[in-house]
Order: sequence, then structure tokens, then C-alpha cells
Amino acid sequence: MSILIDETTRVLVQGFTGKEATFHAEQSIAYGTEIVGGVVPGKGGQKHLDRPVFDTVHQAVRQTGANASVIFVPPAFAADAIMEAADAGLDVVVCITEGIPTSDMVKVWHFLKGRRTRLIGPNCPGIISPGKSKIGIMPGHIHKPGHVGVVSRSGTLTYEAVWQLTLLGIGQSTCVGIGGDPIIGTNFIDAIELFNDDPDTHAIVLIGEIGGNAEEMAAAYVKEHVRKPVIGFVAGQTAPPGRRMGHAGAIISGGSGRAADKIAAMRAAGITVCETPAEIGERVKSRL
Amino acid sequence: MKIHEYQAKAILARYGVPVPRGEVVFTAEEAEAAARRIGSSVVVKAQIHAGGRGKGGGVKVARTPEEAGEIARGMLGMRLVTHQTGPEGRIVQRLLVEETLPIERELYLGITLDRAQAKNVFMASSAGGVEIEEVARSSPELLLREPIEPGLGLTAFQARKLAYGMGLAAEAARGAAAAMIALAQAYEAADASLAEINPFVLTTDGKVYALDAKINLDDNALWRHKDLLELRDLNEEDPLEVEASKYNLNYIKLDGNVGCMVNGAGLAMATMDIIKYAGGNPANFLDVGGGASAEQIRNAFRILISDPNVKAVLINIFGGILRCDTLATGVVAAARELEIRIPIVVRMEGTNVERGREILRESGLNFTVAQTMRDAAEKVVRLAQ
Repeated sequence: MSILIDETTRVLVQGFTGKEATFHAEQSIAYGTEIVGGVVPGKGGQKHLDRPVFDTVHQAVRQTGANASVIFVPPAFAADAIMEAADAGLDVVVCITEGIPTSDMVKVWHFLKGRRTRLIGPNCPGIISPGKSKIGIMPGHIHKPGHVGVVSRSGTLTYEAVWQLTLLGIGQSTCVGIGGDPIIGTNFIDAIELFNDDPDTHAIVLIGEIGGNAEEMAAAYVKEHVRKPVIGFVAGQTAPPGRRMGHAGAIISGGSGRAADKIAAMRAAGITVCETPAEIGERVKSRL
Repeated sequence: MKIHEYQAKAILARYGVPVPRGEVVFTAEEAEAAARRIGSSVVVKAQIHAGGRGKGGGVKVARTPEEAGEIARGMLGMRLVTHQTGPEGRIVQRLLVEETLPIERELYLGITLDRAQAKNVFMASSAGGVEIEEVARSSPELLLREPIEPGLGLTAFQARKLAYGMGLAAEAARGAAAAMIALAQAYEAADASLAEINPFVLTTDGKVYALDAKINLDDNALWRHKDLLELRDLNEEDPLEVEASKYNLNYIKLDGNVGCMVNGAGLAMATMDIIKYAGGNPANFLDVGGGASAEQIRNAFRILISDPNVKAVLINIFGGILRCDTLATGVVAAARELEIRIPIVVRMEGTNVERGREILRESGLNFTVAQTMRDAAEKVVRLAQ
């Protein structure tokens, strides 16, 4: 099994005809993802990659029976695109867009409350259930179907961890990149809860980074609810305070958000913490 | 983006937060003239993007315009070192000349994002004038908080709650509450990520003022604030960081000697960490992004090695969107063009990695190829020694 998406997930691409969207939609189709169409206001009725284009998400859902979408629209329009997808009742919405103003995401977050839609991201690589469906920008070939769940705030660092697992012959049930922004839809706890309930996920890899206290909250959740092995890593142990390290959310401010505190919280919760990113695969292997 | 105190005060004043009368000046003559216009004793404040200026000699009181000019002469061009600037300090190039006020109490007001609640939170404290993190640690009961509901702003009752909660009464409480609502409006209108008034002062005649002000702006929202974008002061930024920002490269200069070039912020931080773990020190953070072109790689390289401290370079790329062959082509071109003599360790994985390694090998240049991150870190640290 897997969480959130599988071979039956029917996916729309919002901002379908753009360059990035086109490239990644092609990659997803090649991977086997059910891309059923796209949405670009003003281009309804056209065809792109052999699939129909619609003016609104509502129309697209009605015509295609889509239950998920992936968003590639520019930052100025991305918040609106997320809300449109939620309004159309999609189950899973993955927002790849980087650079959405925080104040826009505050509004989106509260708009989503009480709705069925689960947002992944923004500013994330997306989600993949290896061998079943890939909604996002991660390279498909580094993954392998299996039983380890991966959740991470990072993109390429996740690829690194996944690749180490795959080289060791350890497959993944689902890998979720939750995004590097201060305000995101699905958080660590949401993903861990799903992995914990998934009988086919046997261990969980949690990759955090400096900024905020999501790792501390996740550690507390693990301590109380999770009996599966959890292996953790926190990037940014050498990051200087007060500087935004690439991701909008990766900043140590006012003495909070430091890697050392996150690592200590993880250890206290019984999570196996990797000292370096090079040992993630080995550590998972030792806990299986 | 950070802005200066005087710029933050101008924004606050626009929304109705009372600020002392003052002027920004760039020369001693201007400082003297400004002090004369203000017509009382003045305080001369160095404008740099760092706190702790007073202790470093960056805030001084002048009783006469002549004295203000004299102080300004000493302050302009000085290297001001505070606990937030690092040992290299900042050169003072602008001053704020402001009226002095008869202060009775020093309070604190601030707004920042509560990430877990996805709301901004308004903070107020009767313990102003000291670092608020210290207050939060030592006497958390003195730090009052009110969540700002999206779409509502700080409501009147919340502002009253905070004002009376800080022990203000009557006219002072009314003034403070109005200033708080104005601060929340300014924060929202400017798409700020942090706003602080510390100290927020109560004067002996019962009025309130923002004696100091700090506003950080959300970089992601600057595209819709062209006016605020103009407040950027390039003198406050590291020249290499300014250069990198022209090419959309995320570069942060650090003080080690191992340069690193990585794609993705998380992997870039993890690479710095493993360099440290291997006994070295990273010279920078550099994220070339997911979809860097050969041209961007070349610019990244040029910026990276123009830091004279860099003794060896580690390139760590996990090719997803950015293909390894694209990277290798960019690196080879840059190494040739810039006649790079320092050792370069390359570790690549992912899309088109075989082709990428081939390009490096065929270049005839002296690259050290590493297999894993640990291997790469150990090699580059050894080479940097």
C-alpha cells in the first residue's frame, strides 16, 4: 500500500501549458501517473500532451473525474489556484510553486480548514508512491517500491536519502516532500500519522531542517503515538542565525529553530538521529 | 529583506504610529542642520541593519546642533561592531537625527508569524528596552500575546487587552492601543515578516512613541511592493551576495575555507554540515536551484571562488531537473575560463550521471571525483588544508 496517492489517482495539472509543467507532466506520464488533463484559464477546449485543457478546475473535475492536482502556476497566482482546487473538491493538491507570499498562504491555510482537500507544499518536490504514481518533480528512477515512508521539508536532500535506500535494496511506500516554506499544508505530523496507519509502511524517515518547531512537534507526536522505527535527520547544524538558508522557512530567529534543539527533541522521542546525511540509508537498514 | 530604522519609522508613521521627529542625514553638515531644525537636544543614531548599536557607540545624544555635527563626523565612516554584525562590523553611512523625549517607561511591541497556527501573533510587554528573547526566557509572564485573525487585523478589544495588560491607564492606554492597531495595519500592508518597536516609550506627558523600529519584509512578496523594494541598501549586504542575487543564486558567505556548490537548500545545508563533520569549515552556502543552466553554474562558480578564503571546492549535485551533464559542462567551462587552480571535488548522482562524469574526465582538468557525500567531504577537507 501507500499513502495519499496510488495508481488510481487521477491528476490535473494547473498551469498545464507552461514549460516546467509540460516537462514534468511528460515525466509523470512516462512514470505511469494518470494525468487526465490540465487547467489554464483562457485555453479551455485546446489539447496539450494529448489531453484536454479546461478553463476552470470545476469544469475539469466534471469532465475527467480527477481527484488530485499539481500546481505549476507562478507565485502571484498560486494561492488562488490552490483555493480553486480545494473549492472543486479535490482530495490531494500538490503545489510545486516556490515564492508565494506568506500572507497569501495564511489566507489559504484558513480557507482549507474544514474542507476535504489535503494540500502538499507549497515550495515542495511533490509526492510519489513508487511504481504507482508520481505527482511532482522528483526523478522517478531513483525510487523503488517498498515499505519505508519518507517525509521531508527538502527536495534534493530527499532524493539523496531515497537513493541511499534504493542502493541498499530498501524500497519506499510513499515519499512526501512537504515543502520549505513557513506555512505549508500537510505537515510532518499529518504525514507521520498516515504512515503510522499504513500497514505496508514499516519504518519512517523524517528529514527536517532549521527554522520553526515542526520537528519538535513531530518528535512529541512520535513519542506518544508511533511504534514503528523512525529515523531522523536535521539539516543546517552549521547554519548561521538570522539568515534565510534558501528556503523561506529555513531561518533561525530569536534563538528558536536551531538544529541542536530539534535533534535533542528527536532523540528524546526515541528517534534514531543520523549525524550526517551520508548515513541515512545505513541507519534505516539497521532499524528494519 | 531588512530595512533601516528610519525607513521602518516612515512606514509606521504613514499608518499612524507616533514616531519622534527626525531626519536621515548622510554628512555632518546635514546632521547639524537637521538638529537645528528639530530645535532641541537630539539623538544621533547610526543606521545599520543590526541591533545593539548603542553599546557599540552608534547612538549618542547631542545638546546642541554643533555637537550633533561633531558626533556625526565621528560616526560616519566608522566601523560599528555589535553582537549582531560579527567581528567585521558595518561601516556607518547614514544617520538618523531625532528629537529626544522625556521617557517614563519603556515597553515592547512586536508582530511575527506563528508558523504552527498559520497566523500572525501580536506581542506586547511591559519589559521593553531589552531583548525580547531574554524576557521570554526569564519572565515569560511579562510577554503578552494576541493572535491576529486573518482578515480582521488586530481588533480594538485585543489592543485594549494588551495595553491594560501592560499596566497602562487612561490616555496612555488609549494612545498605545491606537498605535498597536496601526502597527498591525502597517505590518500587513507592507507584507512584513517581522515588526518590532523596542522600546515603545511612554513619555512623562502621557504620550507614546516608537523610539526604535525594526521591520523585515517578506522577500516573496516584494514583487507587489515596488516602493519598498527601493529601500534595499546594497551597502548592508556582502558584495558577493549582491552579485549572486543578480543571477537568482542563493549564496550566503560564511567564514570557512571550503567552498561549496549544491542544488537544493536542504542538500546545501546538509553538505555544509558534513564538511564540518569531516573536520573542515564551509566558506559559504550556495544553492544553485533545481533547474540551473550551464551559464548559471558558471556564474555560481565565479562568485564562489572570488572569496579569497576558499582553498578547495566541493560540488555536490543530485541531478533531478538539473542534469549531471549540464552541470559538468558548466563546471568545465568555468574552470577553463577562470583558470581555476584550487582543487575541486565533484560528487554527482542522479539524471545523466554517467555522461556527466565522462565530461569531467574528458576535460583533462584536475577534478577529484567522489562517490558518496562522506567520501566527498573527507576529500575536500583534506585538500583544503
